[in-house]
Amino acid sequence: MISRLENIKQLYHIEQVVQQRHDLVLITVPKEYTVAVVTHLRDYEGFKHMVLLTAVDWIEQNKFQLTYILNNPEEKVDVAVRTMIDRDQATMTSIHHLWEQAATYQRELREMFGINFPGSPRVDKPFMLEGWDNIPPYRRDFDTKKYSEETYFPRPGRETNDPKEYMKSKMYPDEH
Amino acid sequence: MEKRTVISPEGESFEVDPMKDYFCDARPKVYEPVLPIVEKFLNWARSESLWVLGFGTGCGAIETRPLMTPRFDAYRYGIQWRATPRQSSVFIISGYLSVKTLKRVVRTYEQMQNPKFVMALGSCTINGGMYWDSYNTINRLDHYLPVDVYVAGCMPRPEALLAGFDMLKKRIREGKGEGANLYAENFDWYKANQKKIIKDWDMPDYNW
Repeated sequence: MISRLENIKQLYHIEQVVQQRHDLVLITVPKEYTVAVVTHLRDYEGFKHMVLLTAVDWIEQNKFQLTYILNNPEEKVDVAVRTMIDRDQATMTSIHHLWEQAATYQRELREMFGINFPGSPRVDKPFMLEGWDNIPPYRRDFDTKKYSEETYFPRPGRETNDPKEYMKSKMYPDEH
Repeated sequence: MEKRTVISPEGESFEVDPMKDYFCDARPKVYEPVLPIVEKFLNWARSESLWVLGFGTGCGAIETRPLMTPRFDAYRYGIQWRATPRQSSVFIISGYLSVKTLKRVVRTYEQMQNPKFVMALGSCTINGGMYWDSYNTINRLDHYLPVDVYVAGCMPRPEALLAGFDMLKKRIREGKGEGANLYAENFDWYKANQKKIIKDWDMPDYNW
């Protein structure tokens, strides 16, 4: 596993390597090298299976973090390739030419985070949300509670508690 | 949408507008009851043969399946599952409804023929349940479809469902299973609510 990463380190600029588990390594690469690293891992290092492609919204840094998890079925090891992309103009190179199923992940990211993957098949078609006219719902500046209250006719009379305060009062009543 | 050309069994070809295809889009009508004694007999007959549409919307669908098995055996109460909306009279909304599913549910409900009843299963149909603040699941089913019986719980056991069927039968026999009439009477209100949240409304207002 480590020897395989040494190969990549010589070829590409790798920002960070974290050994998360004995069979999972997280590597962080710049945006422009991501597809090259993923292609290299697939073609030369035996990571033939794409497990998933997902995103995290780091709103404080104004970035999206994309994670490509790849699996080597022969050695039974995973590698997660992570990259940071700009949040305002969220565009990433598509990898549907490497794995066809990546197009579905990219379609989902386009809808839920608003990350565009130009050239990916059917990327602009609605995936789960039909006729959505708000900001993409998985962005952290989208207030799902407020949207639900404005849209879906909430039934009055529901009591809600702040989870933190409620657990405090239940578990440590003396400190209140 | 574009018109498409259809060739009939006789060999004639004609154009069909997809928005007026295979259904009638006249507004629903309120059912006028016949003689009270006849209506009482009809209600008894209706309550004893509840045909359920096999349409699972949420997690509750998994609770309706054991009812078909010998352990709970809903068939002994005259309840059976059917494959198409045309053949069924009870629509079980089993759990949470996303907006995408609601669109299909509305179409399916309207394609069912009278007499028809709606049974709402689980907390999600009452006030949103654990998905009350979700951006994509509805909170109150009774704003979109007339509900005859609620079965509360998250999720209700199959026994609770059987109790719900019992309650539905009782209500039908008492002449209170009036959901379809309610839908016809308040048709504009239901349609306005449905159209408020289904933003890509690309189907006829009523089709059956």
